[in-house]
Amino acid sequence: MPDLLIELFSEEIPARMQARARQDLKRLVTDGLVGAGLTYASAGAFSTPRRLVLTVEGLTANSPTTREERKGPRTDAPDAALEGFLRSTGLTRDQLTARDDKKGQVWFAVIERAGRPASDIVAEVLDSTIRNFPWPRSMRWGAGTLRWVRPLHSILCLLSDEAGSTVVPLTVEGIAAGNTTRGHRFLSPDAFTVTGFDDYAAKLRRAHVILDSHEREDAIRQAAGNLAFARGWEIVADDALLAEVAGLVEWPVPLMGVIEQRFLDLPPEVLQTSMKEHQKFFSARNPKTGRIEGFVTVANIETPDDGATILAGNQRVLAARLSDAAFFWQNDLREAKAGMQAWAEGLKSVTFHNKLGSQADRIERIAALAREIAPLVGADPDQAEQAARLAKLDLRSAMVGEFPELQGTMGRYYALAAGEADAVADAARDHYSPLGPSDDVPTAPVLVAVALADKIDTLTGFWAIDEKPTGSKDPFALRRAALGVIRLALENNTRFTLRDILFEARGISIGQEYKSGVKELTQKLLKDYEAAEATIAELNALDEGEVWHLNQILEKQENTTRIVSIEQARQVAEAYFGRFSFVENQASRLLIDDLLSFLHDRLKVYLRDQGIRHDIIDAVLAQPGNDDLVLVARRATALNAMLQTDDGKNLTQGLKRAGNILAQAEEKDGVEYSFGADAKFAETEQERALFAALETAEPAIKQAIATEDFPAAMTAIAHLRAPIDAFFDTVQVNTDHQIVRRNRLNLLHRIRAAGRQIADFTKVEG
Amino acid sequence: MTSPNRPRSFQEVILRLQSYWAAQGCAILQPYDMEVGAGTFHPATTLRALGGRAWAAAYVQPSRRPTDGRYGENPNRLQHYYQYQVIIKPSPPGLQDLYLGSLRAIGLDPMVHDVRFVEDDWESPTLGAWGLGWEVWCDGMEVSQFTYFQQVGGHDCRPVSGELTYGLERLAMYVLGVEHVMDMPFNDPDAAIPLTYGDVFRQTEREYSRWNFDQADTQMLFDHFKDAEAECARILAADPVDGAGRTIPMAHPAYDQAIKASHIFNLLDARGVISVTERQAYIGRVRALAKGCADLFVTTEEART
Repeated sequence: MPDLLIELFSEEIPARMQARARQDLKRLVTDGLVGAGLTYASAGAFSTPRRLVLTVEGLTANSPTTREERKGPRTDAPDAALEGFLRSTGLTRDQLTARDDKKGQVWFAVIERAGRPASDIVAEVLDSTIRNFPWPRSMRWGAGTLRWVRPLHSILCLLSDEAGSTVVPLTVEGIAAGNTTRGHRFLSPDAFTVTGFDDYAAKLRRAHVILDSHEREDAIRQAAGNLAFARGWEIVADDALLAEVAGLVEWPVPLMGVIEQRFLDLPPEVLQTSMKEHQKFFSARNPKTGRIEGFVTVANIETPDDGATILAGNQRVLAARLSDAAFFWQNDLREAKAGMQAWAEGLKSVTFHNKLGSQADRIERIAALAREIAPLVGADPDQAEQAARLAKLDLRSAMVGEFPELQGTMGRYYALAAGEADAVADAARDHYSPLGPSDDVPTAPVLVAVALADKIDTLTGFWAIDEKPTGSKDPFALRRAALGVIRLALENNTRFTLRDILFEARGISIGQEYKSGVKELTQKLLKDYEAAEATIAELNALDEGEVWHLNQILEKQENTTRIVSIEQARQVAEAYFGRFSFVENQASRLLIDDLLSFLHDRLKVYLRDQGIRHDIIDAVLAQPGNDDLVLVARRATALNAMLQTDDGKNLTQGLKRAGNILAQAEEKDGVEYSFGADAKFAETEQERALFAALETAEPAIKQAIATEDFPAAMTAIAHLRAPIDAFFDTVQVNTDHQIVRRNRLNLLHRIRAAGRQIADFTKVEG
Repeated sequence: MTSPNRPRSFQEVILRLQSYWAAQGCAILQPYDMEVGAGTFHPATTLRALGGRAWAAAYVQPSRRPTDGRYGENPNRLQHYYQYQVIIKPSPPGLQDLYLGSLRAIGLDPMVHDVRFVEDDWESPTLGAWGLGWEVWCDGMEVSQFTYFQQVGGHDCRPVSGELTYGLERLAMYVLGVEHVMDMPFNDPDAAIPLTYGDVFRQTEREYSRWNFDQADTQMLFDHFKDAEAECARILAADPVDGAGRTIPMAHPAYDQAIKASHIFNLLDARGVISVTERQAYIGRVRALAKGCADLFVTTEEART
């Protein structure tokens, strides 16, 4: 059983691509080998900045010989048929055998395919793997046509067993596979030969290369931890940074440095972000002061001066970077203390989206909406509005300009510097939450109001300009915004009718467009005679009421449509945009229905992750009040629990059966059976029992629903299961006796109505 | 940090790079005689990266980025600075080693320093060009940009050029151990008249910063932009056959106008008179010019072979 070793040696592979490349190499090669009939015991992939490596152990030496028998034409068939068969099998007539078959004598062919040696298969598979490797971005180099992530320099491809190792003969665009590789670029640059994976890994280590990225990560984590410990500090854990750094070095040498005193007053997030983003440094925290006071940089080399030159250089670069940061911080603080008016002003010229206005417009809308939402979530409206007005001002700060990922974080610092209350400052930091599905959901009322307003404005805005997510495309992260709304409502148990809030948001937005539209058009009409003519003509083309209104405006103007006064211009502009607002308001209902069904879809995804079936959610969404997300979730949870019991499953059957019989009868008779079931017409004991059960269950369900005690409602309806089952087992609904039949159909109606109070059971599957 | 091998002045760093790349067989060209934002704009790079002809050149290119002006006060930022540019087509297999040799030549020994190739893809929206490569880090500082050109002016580069760009001031400051660019020795500090970078450029940085930010006549610049754009288009559309019946397409004169438009756009940007949405449109207009020049250069090259 031979082992296979592959190394693809190239110029530096981007760190972020290495993990995926390891998986792809393993998958493509092993799939190819297995597809060609080989089997293997195990496989492992590795990467360093300069190499991508695969080891496959226990590979079969050959693919198996296969034997296939194929049935041909009858022996008395025309020659042409036989010739065709010979062509398709590649055999001659004397290699065929004739045997009796159901239809008489028939030719049979046996096609044997000889197994192939593993090295042939490996050569083919590796060639195709290299040529078709799914790099996120690949390139050509020199005069060649091969594509790789960066220039590919050598291929090592070895099959080895007890007898020794052999190079798999393979040449890709002039690069012939061999058994040599190189060590560390500077510390061990010479080529050396290897015989197999163990030999390879061991020699690489002597040549200053740690092959396994996880081992490099561990080495960095441990050495950095030790360096910090020696000073009484601790490293701020950052797994993403660790993985990236491990992808930048073959021979990690962590070095610790101290941050100059003059930078220690910078917010820790600023220090950490600057060091991480620009320099890929780990931050070291002093637990006694709680501050970030040091850093660890990871070099790729051991030097005669133990890294002194490297550390000094890094320290210098850091000082330059932090000087910039300190400059931004001081300037920003000055602006914050002055009230941040300049930032608010500046956001007027920052486009949020060309159809949705500036960031300032957006803040205006969010503030108005937060004010409306505030009472629903127990927040003070003034505070919610103020928080919304401040929440995004840091987008104009120099620090956020430099480090966009600090948006919000800086906003909180600046709001506090401006003398704002904690609740308001917190909103600046946290109103973007929750971003990811595992992020914490804000709970403070002011924060909930602003966070909801932010997301709902985004959703209604992009819905209005028809920029909805399609398939995998969601450039404005609307699914994330929808999930945010859902989690904010459910996890805070916040009750509101979402439809009303969506209308509110639309109304605010339409109002804003109206105001700015009127303002702009008024100016334009005064200046631009042709535009005025065109606008009036357009208005004239509208319906009667409008024309009448317009005549009223222009009457004073003696048979001319020339606009002379600002008041007149404003009125024409108002008529013009009033028309728009009217149309948009009309369209709002459809738009909001559509948006609501998108939110319902996201709610389904969310609840499905909590183990609630989609059909159950559909059954609940068919009930009134489906825009109260908390209510929907609670109903669905209770229904889900009931449907997992025997009673629940059978009850569903009973309710559906009742519904079906009723629907058929109503269809046939053309009437609705909805009233007047009377126990006195009951003929059987089971029928009477069902009447009795309904007498108890109906008020109980009603009471439970009214108090939103859904588990109690479920219990109450579950009590109907046995009587309904017994009824259907013994009673024929459609009897010839018309009074009895009508009475029974009306009884079925009571069952259906009882179910309807809880959910639309026809939507429940099974 | 000091060793006998270390250069002692800004100009010595440049001279050593010139000697080194000359020794590697590059033609040492002179700067292009127009205002450009980066060494890449020199036709020796932009245009020569196109077509099938082999090419190897190195040169210093004075570069202007009006928005980076800081009145000579910032230790690292300048509106006028120097780039050192190397371009070799096809990119040789040992280009990384050649590059490391150039660091040794200016006194940066990779056995003592931490030299790393960190992913950085290069893209020039105004030139319609992109390539893959790295920024080269020395002890955590970016000292060069290393790019394998994949496309220029919308054309695939075949063969591929390897391009190296050194930010000379920053690199030299590091090599010389200087904290503020204006303090950096320009010539030999022991010369009869020792000059610092500030002696040469402090006043000009102040003057240009003022002009770039506050004074440049924007109406005139808008007009110049339109003129350059129109002239570029006119040259590109001109009949390649002249009055004497000679076929002489004029990709290079047209490209000069594209460079000019690009620089004027940068000036307008520094004056803050181009809005975010207009910005994209201007970049698109310059790209269209550069693409037209690239198209004409490629057809001319094809006709020559």
